[in-house]
Amino acid sequence: MKIPANFRIIRVPCTGKVDIIHILRAFEKGADGVYVVGCMEGDCHFNEGNFRARKRVEQAAKILDQVGVGGERVKMFNLSSGEGPLFAQYSIEMNNKIMELGPSPIRVAKQNKKNAA
Amino acid sequence: MIIAAKKPIEEIIDEVKDFNRILILGCNECVTVCEAGGKKEVEILASALRMYFINQGNEKKIDEKTLERQCDHEYLEEIRSNIDDYDAIVSLACGVGVQFAAEKYLTTPLIPGVNTICLGANEDRGLWTERCQACGSCVLARTGGICPVSRCAKRVLNGPCGGSTNGKCEISKDLDCAWQLIVDRLKALDKMDDYEKVAPIKDWSTDRAGGPRTVTREDVKI
Repeated sequence: MKIPANFRIIRVPCTGKVDIIHILRAFEKGADGVYVVGCMEGDCHFNEGNFRARKRVEQAAKILDQVGVGGERVKMFNLSSGEGPLFAQYSIEMNNKIMELGPSPIRVAKQNKKNAA
Repeated sequence: MIIAAKKPIEEIIDEVKDFNRILILGCNECVTVCEAGGKKEVEILASALRMYFINQGNEKKIDEKTLERQCDHEYLEEIRSNIDDYDAIVSLACGVGVQFAAEKYLTTPLIPGVNTICLGANEDRGLWTERCQACGSCVLARTGGICPVSRCAKRVLNGPCGGSTNGKCEISKDLDCAWQLIVDRLKALDKMDDYEKVAPIKDWSTDRAGGPRTVTREDVKI
């Protein structure tokens, strides 16, 4: 299965390390979408890391809705470390969804500003 | 500590929309612990506001800073040198911090970014509950360490009212009756005799009845 090549992987020791601000900053810098991929729920080595991540993704989505970027651009997935094909599948799913949504309004606004300058 | 809750982003957007250079000012004390106005919340709010205004085609300069405290002169002085770089400050400190900053910087509008709720404890992850109303004359010594002023809906000082049922308060089935807790604790301490003692009338002049309160300590004044 082919993985889309248009996203950047940022490795973290555990999804519990991912904070709301990390997600927001990605959008501020022009990302069209962000997905957080954690271990299966209940299988976290640190017990609650992926649950914390899920809550933070939910909060980030709420904020993105409030500021007009769209909360559907951020999503959390869970898989076990041996599931490469599933990772590819989730990546394709996310890619398709973002392609459908189009570029982030932040990126568009920044581009317009750059063109005007 | 002082418990605060974040204001909705929409409310803050409405307050700041007419300013172009905005400082989001956090506080490292109580509001950091209750996750309403610390460095993290400053970063998130600033990022959200920047994105909102970029999206509106009205990009603004929105900076972030978090002070050790906003209720002390020395820390608030840290922003004096660049206070004129901003048209407004959104303070994520409690009401004390917002007012103290406003008193200090007369010509800079101060906008609160949180609602100050109460004096409370971090009872559980994501749960903060009231424990003190700063009434100014503490009765905890004779109430088993449980405060009837802050935890009884009626502030009753001499035992449970008729609304106490099965240990719960009549205003909510989830709310413990403060006097039930007091009696239970006095029993555990074997101090039920205290419950029978007739207490003098509480001095409410130390509460808000006497107007804004101050503590003056000649021994520590310089």
